[in-house]
Amino acid sequence: MAKKVALMQGNEACAQGALYAGCDFFAGYPITPSTEVAEVLSIELPKIGGKFIQMEDEIGATAALIGAALTGAKALDSTSGPGMSLKQELLGYACIAEIPCVIVNVQRGGPSTGMPTGPGQSDMQQAMWGTHGDHAAIVLTPASCQEIYEETVRAFNLAEKYRMPVQIQLDEICAHMRERVTLAEPGELEIINREKPSVSPADYKPYDATKGMVPPLATYGSGYRFHVTGLNKAADGFPTTKAELVDAEERRQIDKVMFNLADIQKNEEYLLDDAEVILFAYGSTSRSARYAVNELRKEGVKAGMFRPLTMWPFPDDRVAELSKQAKAIVCPEMNLGQMVREVQRVAQGRCTVAHIGRVDGEPINPGQIIDKVKEVL
Amino acid sequence: MAYDYEKSIRPGKLPHIWCPGCGHGIIMKGLIRAMDTCNLDRNNTAVVSGIGCASRLPGYLDACTLHTAHGRAAAFATGVKMAKPEMTVLVVGGDGDGTAIGGNHFIHACRRNIDMTYIIMNNSIYGMTGGQFSPCTPTGALASTTVYGNPDPTFDIAKLAIGAGATFVARGTAYHAAQIDKLIAEGIQHKGLAVIEILDDCPTTYGRRNKFRSVIDMMKRLKDIAVPVAAAAKMTPEQLEGKVLTGVLHKEERPEYTEQYAEVIKRAQGV
Repeated sequence: MAKKVALMQGNEACAQGALYAGCDFFAGYPITPSTEVAEVLSIELPKIGGKFIQMEDEIGATAALIGAALTGAKALDSTSGPGMSLKQELLGYACIAEIPCVIVNVQRGGPSTGMPTGPGQSDMQQAMWGTHGDHAAIVLTPASCQEIYEETVRAFNLAEKYRMPVQIQLDEICAHMRERVTLAEPGELEIINREKPSVSPADYKPYDATKGMVPPLATYGSGYRFHVTGLNKAADGFPTTKAELVDAEERRQIDKVMFNLADIQKNEEYLLDDAEVILFAYGSTSRSARYAVNELRKEGVKAGMFRPLTMWPFPDDRVAELSKQAKAIVCPEMNLGQMVREVQRVAQGRCTVAHIGRVDGEPINPGQIIDKVKEVL
Repeated sequence: MAYDYEKSIRPGKLPHIWCPGCGHGIIMKGLIRAMDTCNLDRNNTAVVSGIGCASRLPGYLDACTLHTAHGRAAAFATGVKMAKPEMTVLVVGGDGDGTAIGGNHFIHACRRNIDMTYIIMNNSIYGMTGGQFSPCTPTGALASTTVYGNPDPTFDIAKLAIGAGATFVARGTAYHAAQIDKLIAEGIQHKGLAVIEILDDCPTTYGRRNKFRSVIDMMKRLKDIAVPVAAAAKMTPEQLEGKVLTGVLHKEERPEYTEQYAEVIKRAQGV
């Protein structure tokens, strides 16, 4: 049977991926360049009995997202730049309370209002460190419309599996470009739903990790009466200030991600086998990087590309290996030096690490990358 | 026979954190009686709060309880109600939580007329952080951040709620304990957004600074300033000077938000 294909924008692909994953609740607030995600879901969700709500601000949207998720909904929220800054408060709430949900950030320039219609990749460190307090983050960085569709499904799966918020970091170029997307048939892509408690309501503890690092999450209105708080809490969900309990919970919430890197991390490696210069690129910038690799190869330069689809947790181990193999790692980013900091941290001076930054609202073009590679080699 | 409150309290969660003389416990008892009056199924009742002394209430109640972030309770609650309209959703919190940091969520919950009951325990102060002035602190009053007297005008929560579109608005006081459950129960039974403001006291951080010599003085103030709406109708403006109306202040019928969205679903599905 012929596959269902459609020409669609990155933001539409994100909305379609969410629907495939079983998203039945969206809360958001209008903001360029992410608004099409909301627009598509405002049309599609009620058709399947799902709910769409436009909230009074970005904070309220994330609050509604968490409330809905506790009733069992698979919930999505989309925003951009300044909106993501506002969401940081409740992103932290979703981390500590362990609420599965997905937040899409279509990056634009900044800080503040910046250039709302221009692309940026300047929220990459914010995605990890924007909310206060120690926590784990899962952040995905797809680079094509097809990939946005599939990675949105993966984002929901990871959110449900690890019971935590997952962020998708797009950029304005990926979000607004139109490409052919092959839509998956039902059953074609794996769909993961959160583990429900196997114990009786009387015995249920929402943070009981004795049987695994990710405690099952019950649903409000299903007979399980439990307490959820943003305070540090014990296994029963109630606040505690006992040092040993707080410490154990904080560490478990990070370890549940860091002990499962093989399951969470995902990269594309392009012509890396013999690569002497490696482009570390993601999102729309990786499309210029791929072109640059091909051009450099034609000139006899052994170039390759390492492209994280999971940016956080950062692929420390693989980048460390590559830093031993390569003479140089070059990081083109639409910011003035964000993920390059991680590459430098991991490379530990074993190879040259160079950065190409651009924050003028224009994409990084292959010529810029080629020039930089020739400069560092 | 004494009223059985304990069946509604989570085992082992008392004593509560509230200071001696605080009215929050009186209000919690009123809420429990109201839940009983309405025969609420605690499995299908969400009690949502923000941050502050009043917002610790849900932890004591045996229900689906959600203690959220400062000011965000109405927005979290909106998500719960929107996703699962069959649940009864109660929001509790203080005046600072609800009308300062949470003011935006509060007025939009009123505007949507989503079927929730929002109980604001108004003690006119930020108690948990040690007594800073709130939007409900009287002008001229002393707080830890207004030692020269509060320069800010105050919010009238009931008027704010009515202006924003809440379809049921009532006010009681912690002194008039027997009325609290009746007002809350009527709010729960009302279809739409109900706001129940309960004037409360904070002897620890407000009373001490503002020359209330005892909890009894604070309670006496609540008794003295409260005038039931029916009685107020027969009083002159001069007689009402410095008084606060209590009882059901506003009630109207207007389409409820989740029912409106159910119509959206029907239209989207071409039903």
